[in-house]
Amino acid sequence: MKSRIVVSVVLLFAIALAACTPAAATGPIKIAHLAPLSGPVPTFGASTRDGGLLAMEEWNAKGGVLGRKLEAIVEDSQCTPDPAVNAANKVIDQDKVHYIVGETCSKASIPVSEIAQEKGVVMISPTSTNPTVTLKADGTAKDYVFRACFIDPFQGAVMAKFAMGKGYKTAFIMLDQGNDYVRGLAEAFEKAWTEMGGQVVGKETYTSQDTDFSAILTKVADSKAEVLWLPDYYNIVNLVAAQAKEKGVTAVLMGGDGWDSSDLDLKAADGGYFSNHYSPEDTRPIVQEWVKKYQAKYGSVPDALATLAYDATNILIAAIEKAGADDPAKVKDAIASGTFEAVSGTIKFDQYHNPIKSAAVLQVKDGKVSFIESVAP
Amino acid sequence: MRSSIVAPRLSLTQKIVQTKIIGKALIALVALAVLYLLAVNAIKNPTVFLQQLVNGLQLGFVYALIALGYTMVYGIVRLINFAHGDVFMVGAFISFYAISRFQLHDWVAKLSPGMSPFVARAIGSITVILLSMTLCALLAFVIERVAYKPLRDAPRISALITAIGVSFFLEYFGALKFVFSPNFTPYKRPFDVVTWTLGRQGFGKLVEGEGVPEGNIIFSNIFVIIVLTSIFLLLLLQYIVTKTRVGKAMRATAYDKPTARLMGINIDSIISITFGIGAAWAGAAGMLYATAFPQVFFWMGIIPGLKAFVAAVLGGIGSIPGAFVGALIMGQAETLSAGYISTPMRDAIAFSILIIVLLIRPTGIFGEPSREKA
Amino acid sequence: MKNIDKSTLYFIGGSVLIFLIVQILVSVGILSTFWYTILRIGAVMAIVSLGLNLIYGFNGQFSLGQWGFYALGAYSAGDVTYRWTQLQSSGGLTILLLGVIMAGIAILLIRRLVNKLRGLDALSAFGLYLIGVILLAYLAVVVGGALENPVNSILKALPPEVSKQIVFVVAVLLGGLFAAEISFLFGLPVLTLGSDYFGIATLGFTVIVKVLLDNSDTMLGFAEMKGARGMIGIPKMTTWFWVFFFLVLVVIVTRNILHSSYGRAIVSVREDEIAAKAMGIDVANFKTITFVIGSFFAGLAGGLYAHINGFLHPDTFNFIKSFDPMIIVVFGGLGSVTGTVAASFAWALVLEGFLRLVLPEGFETWRFVVYPLLLLIMMLLKPNGLFGNYEMPFLRQVLPPLRKKTQSNENATDEEVLA
Repeated sequence: MKSRIVVSVVLLFAIALAACTPAAATGPIKIAHLAPLSGPVPTFGASTRDGGLLAMEEWNAKGGVLGRKLEAIVEDSQCTPDPAVNAANKVIDQDKVHYIVGETCSKASIPVSEIAQEKGVVMISPTSTNPTVTLKADGTAKDYVFRACFIDPFQGAVMAKFAMGKGYKTAFIMLDQGNDYVRGLAEAFEKAWTEMGGQVVGKETYTSQDTDFSAILTKVADSKAEVLWLPDYYNIVNLVAAQAKEKGVTAVLMGGDGWDSSDLDLKAADGGYFSNHYSPEDTRPIVQEWVKKYQAKYGSVPDALATLAYDATNILIAAIEKAGADDPAKVKDAIASGTFEAVSGTIKFDQYHNPIKSAAVLQVKDGKVSFIESVAP
Repeated sequence: MRSSIVAPRLSLTQKIVQTKIIGKALIALVALAVLYLLAVNAIKNPTVFLQQLVNGLQLGFVYALIALGYTMVYGIVRLINFAHGDVFMVGAFISFYAISRFQLHDWVAKLSPGMSPFVARAIGSITVILLSMTLCALLAFVIERVAYKPLRDAPRISALITAIGVSFFLEYFGALKFVFSPNFTPYKRPFDVVTWTLGRQGFGKLVEGEGVPEGNIIFSNIFVIIVLTSIFLLLLLQYIVTKTRVGKAMRATAYDKPTARLMGINIDSIISITFGIGAAWAGAAGMLYATAFPQVFFWMGIIPGLKAFVAAVLGGIGSIPGAFVGALIMGQAETLSAGYISTPMRDAIAFSILIIVLLIRPTGIFGEPSREKA
Repeated sequence: MKNIDKSTLYFIGGSVLIFLIVQILVSVGILSTFWYTILRIGAVMAIVSLGLNLIYGFNGQFSLGQWGFYALGAYSAGDVTYRWTQLQSSGGLTILLLGVIMAGIAILLIRRLVNKLRGLDALSAFGLYLIGVILLAYLAVVVGGALENPVNSILKALPPEVSKQIVFVVAVLLGGLFAAEISFLFGLPVLTLGSDYFGIATLGFTVIVKVLLDNSDTMLGFAEMKGARGMIGIPKMTTWFWVFFFLVLVVIVTRNILHSSYGRAIVSVREDEIAAKAMGIDVANFKTITFVIGSFFAGLAGGLYAHINGFLHPDTFNFIKSFDPMIIVVFGGLGSVTGTVAASFAWALVLEGFLRLVLPEGFETWRFVVYPLLLLIMMLLKPNGLFGNYEMPFLRQVLPPLRKKTQSNENATDEEVLA
């Protein structure tokens, strides 16, 4: 039975490999990027990785931090709890990193954040909007865990206020039942909208694997809603927007930062509004420089995910510099107390480790995305 | 029970056992509740109800094309070909590249500009669909030769696991940057969408940006194309299977392989051809699906594949009309449950229908009673 | 104690040795958390797969529902310990405990009734069971709620660490029992279906469970499960000791079942249902028993899994992952307990461990390109799995070999090989 021998050898090899853990690095400072490079949303993973790596490249070009170079370790976490846990354990135990940028999805970030907190590793999630990512079960913040994006309630309220200001009165809400990000935004919008006197004429859920929205859109058309609140990612928006036109839906589509992508179907989503972390049209030099650099390297306008990963990495490195040592305990205090100039605005963290920053409202119009207004918290 | 002139007196418990009354009551209760729900809504707003039926029809016809491949392959080699959904995905991508990269849908218009644009576009689109069908068939040939043929004498489960392996491989290999890319890519339709309205005042065209006129149902040219293409391909398949020599050989192989071989049928090539035809139909479905729901991505095949497979089982796996009817039922079940019962539960409802149908007819609606040794 | 077989001693000694080696390596810190987590996941997968191997490998029921029962076990056990650690309440424990007991009583009582009504069709029986179980489970919720305070005071009297462990172990067992009872109800009508049809129906079960978990907060009313947001706050209590303990337990139970007359009946159903029936074996009954035991293992594994990361998300229980245990079982060798256990660990170590370490920078996404290729090559080279029918001595028994399919009787055995 040769195969049995093979298996035994493989198992032994596993343990042997486990045994020879590399010695703690004194050379470069390592930063791990956990990104969902495979799994359901690989494109988000690619964006966050690209944004994060670009930030590290820039620092390295300037000579690194504290006189040491930076080294990136990219790990695939699949937007799923188990692989994310394994990836986090791997970078912490095998690669001995002290800093993690990631994960992208909240459901993967939550278990990773627990490990980071337990092992005293600083973690900044660029895009996980679920409030529990940075919170312990008792409601206080996890010392070592931060995020670079605003959380759901803020964004939902911004867009509800904006829609109200446009004079709309009735809204139809569509949400992905299996996606916490979408659910959070939908709930936040609904709450703010009804508090301001708006009417929710219908609410329908779907799953992320759905492609046929005709049944729901028929209901939307029938309800004569003025606003269709669709706070999902661009891939769903593309499908819904294209089918909405065919089903005679007249409602204005509105959504959140998930819309922001170079792959958003601008023709189908024409007339829609969404909130975002920044606008590429923003004239602040840091924004323009970022857009230019990203375009030069990757050939497209950076989306929200890339931008947030860039910001998260920059905040982390700036905090290491400020702390003056490669020591997670000091770095986490530097992040919590500092103010950072980032692409998505001037960032300061509140007691729950959520950034305080303003949102931009953008409109899809005539084949491009244009800046409408900026809303401060 | 053999019928006798004097019916034996049965006790109450025996009656309960013999009439299977509890089980029947259970199913009847569920069915009545659903029918009531649908009827109430149909009366309340008949236009929306009709519209939902049209929506379901469009979905059902695409499922039918995918289900055909499952049913044919299963009929012959008794293999649940899990990779079928991914062949469907490849078909969608082939048409995507043909249209956006190579403008294949435009070749007639480019060669002879004088031709009426409608005809030119129609021929162009047919070329694209033929290309996707051919390439998918080739892909299926390769898969069959590499992954399934060597396992034909192994336990059936080994082939099933390989099918899952092939499915994973196609997905994740497709997700690599230089293959299909991991992105969700908007699909460029080969023709523009026109939406028509149909109501009491007659036939009209929906003006973009305006709502549907009261009391009208709407349908698009995509709906018409999907229905026509599906029916054509279905009839073609039925013709191939029932009227041609290859079809006869297929049926013989499905019925009894050793005897078919004795009759001089080359079983290996018949199985390859079956895989090829199934895949070609999936390729066509891929293009139609992407046209209807204009987006392509590497795992787009999983869910439609699963639904189509359920449809094939529902209709009686191995039966072509069964796959067709099953797919239409699935399409309706999905849109009606999304429309009237509960959107989150719509997959659950689809599976519940399947389970209930199987309990009543263990081999599906059109399925032949199993030929297991008695 | 005289007649203990040599192989039994070897088995127990070997198990203790493996346990100690890993435990020491972990305690000393040579085996990092990365490998430690993977090893525990491997053990959990082994328990799930052993359950499936019983159902599919030994009894021949092509089930894809294992993952759904795994999910049920995970969430129910997780909820019990969550309530204990976060809310300081034993309400979850008492209600689930009583619910499981009551439903068990209902099932046993109705079973006697159904046995009297000879020839009652499965669907009618299902109706009876459903009504009975729902009634008694409701009663359990009422009574269990009332029992909460006394049980609370008893548990609080113990040292907190002890009571926590007690709650954990009971929760894991309850998770298994809960999954087992649901599998009994679900299996009753569904097990009457033919092989592949049964597979699809059970796949449907997994899909339905996932949908329910996605909406656990809104549709089922368990606010703490948080639906698609994922359940947090479950204590991380699954140590190597507990997973290994349960794994060895499951292996021994499986072995004893298989070596008993029950086991021979189970295998005979796989080999030829009609012949089995002719020998006086109650085929339907044995299918149900196997399915319930297999699902019990799945629920058990789910309960252990819930306490590894302390976080549960419905996506973990996606139907696509329900192929994983099936792959492991076939990979290790259908009907080989040894093979299943080895394949589970190999699966976890290779997929999550090695491929992460081996693949160079920039090739992270190739993990899932390599994995199916390995799978394909494996299946082509060894269609009967790594271990085929091999068993280690402790588990070995003279079993009727799997029927080989040959060209000549291919058609005739078509159904049986899988069915």
